[in-house]
Amino acid sequence: MTVRTHALNGTTYRFDGLVDLLAKATPKRSGDELAGCAASSAAERVAAQWALADEPLATFLNEEVVPYETDEVTRLIMDSHDPDAFAPVSSLTVGEFRNWLLDVATRPDSSAILTALAPGLTPEMAAAVSKLMSLQDLISVPGAVQVTSGFRTTLGLKGTLATRLQPNHPTDDPAGVSAAILDGLLLGSGDAVVGINPASDSPQASADLLYLIDDVRQRLDIPTQSCVLTHVTTTIGLIEAGVPVDLPFQSIAGTEKANTGFGVTLAILREADEAARSLRRGVVGDNVMYFETGQGSALSADAHRGVGGRPVDEQTLEARAYGVARAFSPLLLNTVVGFIGPEYLHDGKQIIRAGLEDNFCGKLLGVPMGVDVCYTNHAEADDDDMDALLTLLAAAGTNYVICVPGTDDVMLGYQSLSFHNALAVRRSLGLRPAPEFEAWLERMDMADRAGHVVPRDPIGSPLAELVRR
Amino acid sequence: MGDDLQISEFWAPLRRTTQARIGLGHTGDGLPTAHRLALREAHALARDAVTTPLDVPSLVEGLADAGVPEAYQVTSRAADRDEYVRRPDLGRLPADLGGLAEAGAGFDVGIVLADGLSPRAVMDHGPAMVAALLDALPGDLTRAPLVIATNARVALGDHVGEALGLGTLLVLIGERPGLSVADSLGLYLTHRPRPGRADSERNCISNIHPPEGLGYRQAAATAVRLLGASRELGRSGVAVKDIGVDRALGG
Repeated sequence: MTVRTHALNGTTYRFDGLVDLLAKATPKRSGDELAGCAASSAAERVAAQWALADEPLATFLNEEVVPYETDEVTRLIMDSHDPDAFAPVSSLTVGEFRNWLLDVATRPDSSAILTALAPGLTPEMAAAVSKLMSLQDLISVPGAVQVTSGFRTTLGLKGTLATRLQPNHPTDDPAGVSAAILDGLLLGSGDAVVGINPASDSPQASADLLYLIDDVRQRLDIPTQSCVLTHVTTTIGLIEAGVPVDLPFQSIAGTEKANTGFGVTLAILREADEAARSLRRGVVGDNVMYFETGQGSALSADAHRGVGGRPVDEQTLEARAYGVARAFSPLLLNTVVGFIGPEYLHDGKQIIRAGLEDNFCGKLLGVPMGVDVCYTNHAEADDDDMDALLTLLAAAGTNYVICVPGTDDVMLGYQSLSFHNALAVRRSLGLRPAPEFEAWLERMDMADRAGHVVPRDPIGSPLAELVRR
Repeated sequence: MGDDLQISEFWAPLRRTTQARIGLGHTGDGLPTAHRLALREAHALARDAVTTPLDVPSLVEGLADAGVPEAYQVTSRAADRDEYVRRPDLGRLPADLGGLAEAGAGFDVGIVLADGLSPRAVMDHGPAMVAALLDALPGDLTRAPLVIATNARVALGDHVGEALGLGTLLVLIGERPGLSVADSLGLYLTHRPRPGRADSERNCISNIHPPEGLGYRQAAATAVRLLGASRELGRSGVAVKDIGVDRALGG
């Protein structure tokens, strides 16, 4: 492996290969410290960033981060790389690539340029350049590219911000789930998906919930899609059994070993994608897969090692998960940025930066990115941090966020955004719901001409029939 | 449109179907003040439960009051609550087990009372839960003295269990606080504890926090059933199924 060095203020810092260089150039976060790959001082971190800035982008096509022979994610990334798409930036260093991106972001045709570039970029290139970027850079660039996907709604259009309505319940009680769906719909939520994390992992429980959401959707003629976030193999079985499945879900990560820990391979994901597409339930598009990811997931499964057995930093591995996702042209992918815990992202500052990095890398790679803006009670974070991250992400053109009643997910025991948060940020930044869903809100007398959702009380609303027994 | 009373009557029966914060209303695009402060309050209690260190002298008093006289103390390699949260690897390692030398070795069963992510749970429920366990354990099993562990994760108990030569280790530990419950205890049973045991080799009873959660006597009864089954099988973990548990029981 090639050693990189950089002299800074009289000290020469040495980086043993690309894995070490990427890790030490990563802005400070607890997960890399836990893995033992972080820079040991602020000066070493900047030295690594200087050295990374001089690295040619083409290096990433010749020097692996995780070995090709033993990792199918690396094989997918390398084998699907498009040299023609890469051509416009093929002679640049990582530092020059940052300059190029910021310049492109100001052009009127930025979205077309960046969309054409995406198949030429590897996840490691996206991760590398993000490490040299400021928060504002991480807003400007993804804000300049539109990544759309569609099923019954069109997601990712410029000027829109969609929401996943997440009506989780600790025992999957149908009445409790219905009450939370009603609460979200009355506040205009659910244009990305109505998606439930089931408490039970039984196929029957998932089927029951899918029938419940599908019934709500059809009764009220709501243009949205449903998902029960159970294991993808369970969903394949449900499709075979004739259960109304819109979107197969799966958690994925950036190494083959971590995906094995999740019980999936690329072949299984392909099977799910093909099975769901074959149902032809989409109206405006046929993107069917829903993925979740998060920095730290590979480390938490002890599946974070790369070339030479060295720990790979969690942000680079996260970008590699997007390399997995884009092979399946998903409808939805969201990072669960603050969910995995403070041992991976310690505080509000680290969670905010990670959320913006993930949105940047995903959109640059052509993935329709959303974010679960969230935190746990043992992290040094609170709802002010979430308000800040939501506002920054909405400015950065994220496709969707997750919302729960009053920020409190009573099943998973963490805090995400409230339905209210989404309404407020849309108004602050002039964003609208997905167009098909906005038209439905207008029919329900729940949106004004500017696309602002007008929350309704349940008395007299046709939605109230959802909970009538 | 309904008036406030009608709206509140509409949501009341629905609130009985879920703990979710539904029907909060809105002021503009925001949450009404009372609901925002209620969320701040719940989060504050959860944060304090995580960050406030275990008050060991008060806990020892509480244990004595519950009839548990003797306790040894160990701490992990995490220096404080902040490092404990950031470095689970350090929380799994004991700083020094030298103090346990005089406790003897070679017991059928031993209990470690660990602060985990909620020292408050250990203060609120630890003494009564330990007493219930001691009461329920079969009389023919030899018992190690109680060990209190601070800044500790479950796996720290494996080191204690090895040092004390335990047949079965029971770790009682404060669970990660949620917005609705900040003082819940978990119990982890490990057969033949030794460093390197995987989580899949343990059995867990969670949500011990009467009156809303699982009660002490029910948790103790379940633990004793799991203990018997694991001694019979010669291992704990996923191979051991408890068929007698009814989590819905209160008290």
